[in-house]
Amino acid sequence: MNETMLWMIVGMAVVTYVPRILPLLVLSTENWPPWLRRMLSRVPYAVLGALIFPGIIYAYDAIWYGLLGGAAAFFIAYTGAPLIAVVAGTIFILTGINLLM
Amino acid sequence: METAAYIEKDDSLRRGLTAGLSIAFGYMPVAITFGLLAGSTGLTVFEAVLMSMLVFAGAAQYMALSMIAIGAGALEIVLATFIVNFRHLLMSASINERAEPTSKKFRSLFGFFLTDEVFAVSSVKQPPVSGSYILGVGLSAYSSWVGFTAAGYFTGALLPAVLQESMGIALYALFIALLVPSVKEEGRPVIILALMGGGFHWIYQLFMETGWAIMSATITAVILYELLDVKRRKDHE
Repeated sequence: MNETMLWMIVGMAVVTYVPRILPLLVLSTENWPPWLRRMLSRVPYAVLGALIFPGIIYAYDAIWYGLLGGAAAFFIAYTGAPLIAVVAGTIFILTGINLLM
Repeated sequence: METAAYIEKDDSLRRGLTAGLSIAFGYMPVAITFGLLAGSTGLTVFEAVLMSMLVFAGAAQYMALSMIAIGAGALEIVLATFIVNFRHLLMSASINERAEPTSKKFRSLFGFFLTDEVFAVSSVKQPPVSGSYILGVGLSAYSSWVGFTAAGYFTGALLPAVLQESMGIALYALFIALLVPSVKEEGRPVIILALMGGGFHWIYQLFMETGWAIMSATITAVILYELLDVKRRKDHE
């Protein structure tokens, strides 16, 4: 194995791991002001929005294909189906459409 | 009492592993493709799998491959990885607020697994979220990521092409599935926050690296929402 490659991978691992664990180890959020804690509790929804859009419209060559998949996922999820069923169902529907065309 | 606590903990690990299956499923095509590309970029199977084992970050690993391909230096690649993955700092701080108190040792264990997807699945649960649950979600996702990197390296096109093509939607479907129950439960605030997160990401990615764009979009959305919320409450008074 190439030694430079090994050190590069180790370096990548370190710079990925540190931001992931730093807040878990050194932050004690108990004494933080309520507005800051409120803002942190809203992070998941803003992140999910950012993770979905605009990525989903660039997922395929055709924009409508990603949007169609998004709509399918939304409706399956709305029925209260478990996560895995939403993911599998969406793939299934898109594959079906793909085969029909 | 101790036995009861133990059983509860044990169960949350199992529930985490199950919840992580959806991520494992979503990672499959992404990891297979990574393994395949790693092979064609000239990495050995050991290097490809080691990268998935130690780094465990899809976007950064893809970026590393493309940088290796154009002959970028190792230091440059490490720096780019830092920039792309720095966004996890914010997610980790948010998890820290929601997770039940556990030892630092345990936190540094489950913290390793906090990718976007593991974070997302863990953080839409009502707090306090058990550390074992997060670990379970992470382990499911991790096994798939590492396993399918190796599978991809050797076999590449395991799945029929038409299915592979459609699987690009898997992770987005997962994110939508995570958002919908919160939308049903809390309504407007969740919708507004998600729309702002997506909207600002769309603007920022025009002139920023993805990792920074996601982080900046999240911060902008959360701050703007707080300001609007404070103003709204003042107006009501």
